[in-house]
Amino acid sequence: MSGNGQLRGRTAATNPWVRPYVLTSGRTRGAGELLVHALVSAPGYDPQFAATLLPEARALYERACTSTESVAELSAHCGIPLGVTRVLLSDLCSAGRLLVDAPTAAASPLDRNLLERVLDGLRQYA
Amino acid sequence: MASGSTLNRRPARRTSVKLVIAGGFGVGKTTFVSAISEIPPVNTDNWMTEASRTVDPLAVGDAKTTTTVAMDFGRITLAQDLVLYLFGTPGQARFWPMWDDLSRGASGAVVLVDTRRLAISFPAVNYFDADSDVPFVVAVNLFDGQQTHPLEEVRDALRLSGEVPLITCDARDRRSVAGALTAAVSHSLRHSGAGGRHGALAAR
Repeated sequence: MSGNGQLRGRTAATNPWVRPYVLTSGRTRGAGELLVHALVSAPGYDPQFAATLLPEARALYERACTSTESVAELSAHCGIPLGVTRVLLSDLCSAGRLLVDAPTAAASPLDRNLLERVLDGLRQYA
Repeated sequence: MASGSTLNRRPARRTSVKLVIAGGFGVGKTTFVSAISEIPPVNTDNWMTEASRTVDPLAVGDAKTTTTVAMDFGRITLAQDLVLYLFGTPGQARFWPMWDDLSRGASGAVVLVDTRRLAISFPAVNYFDADSDVPFVVAVNLFDGQQTHPLEEVRDALRLSGEVPLITCDARDRRSVAGALTAAVSHSLRHSGAGGRHGALAAR
């Protein structure tokens, strides 16, 4: 997580005057496009690594280590704006600390098998 | 850390699917999502407000900013390895970019309408009709369980093409909501067979 070290301890969570994208070194996009419903999980929890992170990135990392959640859930539960969440999660993924289960791995969201499985799943509510 | 590297993706163990729930303010999107979601619908007022602060100086210090947008989402675990997310769209015009964001990668959409106030859902119908490749159905929310207008009149008033399914639902009722979602996914399934235009663009 380069470029953020000097901000430690004085971030949006504790200081409302720090604008959200200061946390991302001004970047509004990460290395890849993260869809709001993409599932994020962690291969394992590394407390030493967590200790090097800014509070926002750390909150996201620790939450993702305890459960597999979507980008939107991580954003909402950690109270971090969606755009900032995306950049921070992208960084963590690029560093190999988090994994994205691509929502539709090799397929389109209109993949026939996928939609049929959704219909099967919805039947239990009908 | 190398910038520009691709995200660390692995073969999916769990898959997530997204449906968009659209419609004007007060048509029952939150109720609709609440009726079936296994988590309390997450209301994202706060983070939207925080995010908009950087682009909307007038909002700073205004105590009412938390009411300017409400986007809700819910989750349904359909199988051990399959999760369905429902995302409600924010109503305000200035959040249109959010609609593109929410629609990207969506497997379908339900546009809710209230026949007593059809006009507030026009923008949502127009969006999915003209500006999006996500297949959609239109669902008349029966607030009091009563259908006050014949569906064909609603179809005419919304200028819906014949190929867009028009259904009714009660957003308070889980089975009814499941039925509306089923109609949406079934409609998307008809598009998936075509493979061409919709599949390619939706996967962008």
